[in-house]
Amino acid sequence: MEAAANRPPLVYCQGLTKVYPLSGVEVHALRGVDLRVERGEMVAIMGPSGSGKSTLMHIIGCMDTQTSGSYLLDGVDVSNVPEKELAAIRNKKLGFVFQRYNLLPRATALYNVELPLFYAGITGSAAEEKARAALEQVGILHLADHLPNQMSGGQQQRVAIARAMVNDPLLILADEPTGALDTVSSAEVMGIFQKMHEERGVTVIIITHEPHIAEFCRRRVILRDGRIVGDKTFEYSNPVA
Amino acid sequence: MSVKIGVLSDFAFRALKANKLRSILTMLGIIIGVAAVILMMSIGQGAQQQVMSRINRLGTNTLTIFPGTAGQFVRSGSVNTLTLDDVEAVRQLPGVQAAAPTVRSGQLVTCGNKTWTTSITGTTPEIADISSLTLERGRFFGQAEVSGAATVAVIGQTVYTNLYTPGTNPVGTEIRIGGEAYRVIGLLQTVGASSGGSDQDDVVYIPVTTAQLRLLGITDKSINMMQVQVAGQDQMESVQQAITYLLRKRHRLNDNQEDDFTIRNMAQLQSEAQNITGILTLFLAGVAAISLIVGGIGVMNIMLVSVTERTREIGVRMALGASRQDILNQFLLEAVLLSLSGSFIGIVVGIAGSKIFSSFSGWSTVISFFSVFIAVAFALMVGIFFGYYPARQAARLKPAEALNYE
Ligand SMILES: Nc1ncnc2c1ncn2[C@@H]1O[C@H](COP(=O)(O)OP(=O)(O)OP(=O)(O)O)[C@@H](O)[C@H]1O
Ligand SMILES: [Mg+2]
Repeated sequence: MEAAANRPPLVYCQGLTKVYPLSGVEVHALRGVDLRVERGEMVAIMGPSGSGKSTLMHIIGCMDTQTSGSYLLDGVDVSNVPEKELAAIRNKKLGFVFQRYNLLPRATALYNVELPLFYAGITGSAAEEKARAALEQVGILHLADHLPNQMSGGQQQRVAIARAMVNDPLLILADEPTGALDTVSSAEVMGIFQKMHEERGVTVIIITHEPHIAEFCRRRVILRDGRIVGDKTFEYSNPVA
Repeated sequence: MSVKIGVLSDFAFRALKANKLRSILTMLGIIIGVAAVILMMSIGQGAQQQVMSRINRLGTNTLTIFPGTAGQFVRSGSVNTLTLDDVEAVRQLPGVQAAAPTVRSGQLVTCGNKTWTTSITGTTPEIADISSLTLERGRFFGQAEVSGAATVAVIGQTVYTNLYTPGTNPVGTEIRIGGEAYRVIGLLQTVGASSGGSDQDDVVYIPVTTAQLRLLGITDKSINMMQVQVAGQDQMESVQQAITYLLRKRHRLNDNQEDDFTIRNMAQLQSEAQNITGILTLFLAGVAAISLIVGGIGVMNIMLVSVTERTREIGVRMALGASRQDILNQFLLEAVLLSLSGSFIGIVVGIAGSKIFSSFSGWSTVISFFSVFIAVAFALMVGIFFGYYPARQAARLKPAEALNYE
């Protein structure tokens, strides 16, 4: 408990709400979410479509702001941080993985992975070295010079994970990272998340609505109608086959 | 943590290369606009320069006097209120440097078996000074030849090339004008390229008395025109008044009678011509400006479409750590690169177009630094504004909004 007082939780949400004004009608995407994620956790956020999972992830990822409630990232109330510093936080502390990979279509795997480094001011051979190391960690260094359309979905998602990891973030946020993948590729991608989590101690939050994907995470949070309706931590997570 | 310019230009270059068709179409708008402005303005300014140089050759301190009231259509012989004696009288006025009469007649000229129809000008030696005529060979006729109504002629280059084999010396040879033999005593230098109007080298000068007597059968000494060179620009007004007074007195006009002659002031003509050619240039520039604006709208369309396409990319870049400023800088750089290279190609195309136009039409064109500057400045403004504005809209979005943009 002493340690916890010194070190704030990585993610700390209290009474988080999000209202989208949609042509006159208000859409309540989040209706008061309390969530606390410590460093080193691996969390799955589950819930039916429209329950507010992506909305919550965007707020945690400093890509959107809540309507009310408070959110502290690593002890910092990001709603008061200027835009330029938020960009730096996204660059250094956070890594994103999306369902549709979102790689630059006309750039090689290597360049895609280097991109966050460029925004961090790292260029040239230093950037290339780091990017190659990240590609090696996800097992596709041999595809460094390939364009996204020359790779399978699973390979593209590995590039995306390498890109998310290349700046050594504290937190990886993945929004349905296996949503576009077959079962085998899904398991491989989840294996990589587990490896990153175990070997490098990165905190991982994965959004999914597939229970067998959630089973790769020890903690599973369930969201319904913008509220957390379940939050359980299991003794074991499903290991990679 | 702002991204360095080198990295940004790399982003910009890659983006332009990745969307080749879009880049080329955007540049095309700029190229056409810049080239059109340069070409149009070079035509306008070329016309202006040519007209002005023609007028200047006549001299700005020249007065031209026609017989008949202002607005009366003057044809050879129809009005005979101006005579050689008037010229003689005007010549005596203070402030008058030279005065020369002119009678004109279209005639068939033959030399051996070659013939050429041209305008014969009967005049006096003063015309050489007033019209800045220079001789390539031989001499101009003198006062004695005027007095004696000698059958001598000075010919222009066009007449020479049409009547003689190249290289032969025309001086001393004989030509026939209106069936009578004349001795060629001088060949004029080329006056310059002709434009639209009359060929200034297509001339034959003979003594005014000879022309009146032998070509026109004039017995009352009447002339078609008198050209007066005034000593100084500042005396134009006073000399013009003195001539008016003198001619009215000589023609015995009373106070309620109109002038039976018309004086044209070259300085006035010059400013009128300047106005007219200025309007022409402005009109052409206006046409060109419209094409630049149309090009600019094309640029904006393409940029708007591409930003819509690229809003997702903007969202991804923001998620990876790009700040709004980084995004804006990148798009601005793309717009600058496109507009600059487009402008450069536009300049080349415009100059080449103007040269080609001038060689096909025979019009001279003038490419001024000013027109290039205007074209490029305008193109950069258009390109950068239309390139930057849509990006600004996109960069205003929150990353999550940009990322989910459909
Ligand atoms: N930009 C927006 N404007 C208006 N309404 C929105 C917007 N984004 C999300 N919503 C609404 O907010 C609610 C939550 O959306 P969210 O995307 O967070 O759901 P989700 O749990 O991620 O669903 P899915 O599993 O389908 O991705 C939905 O009702 C959605 O329609
Ligand atoms: Mg979602």
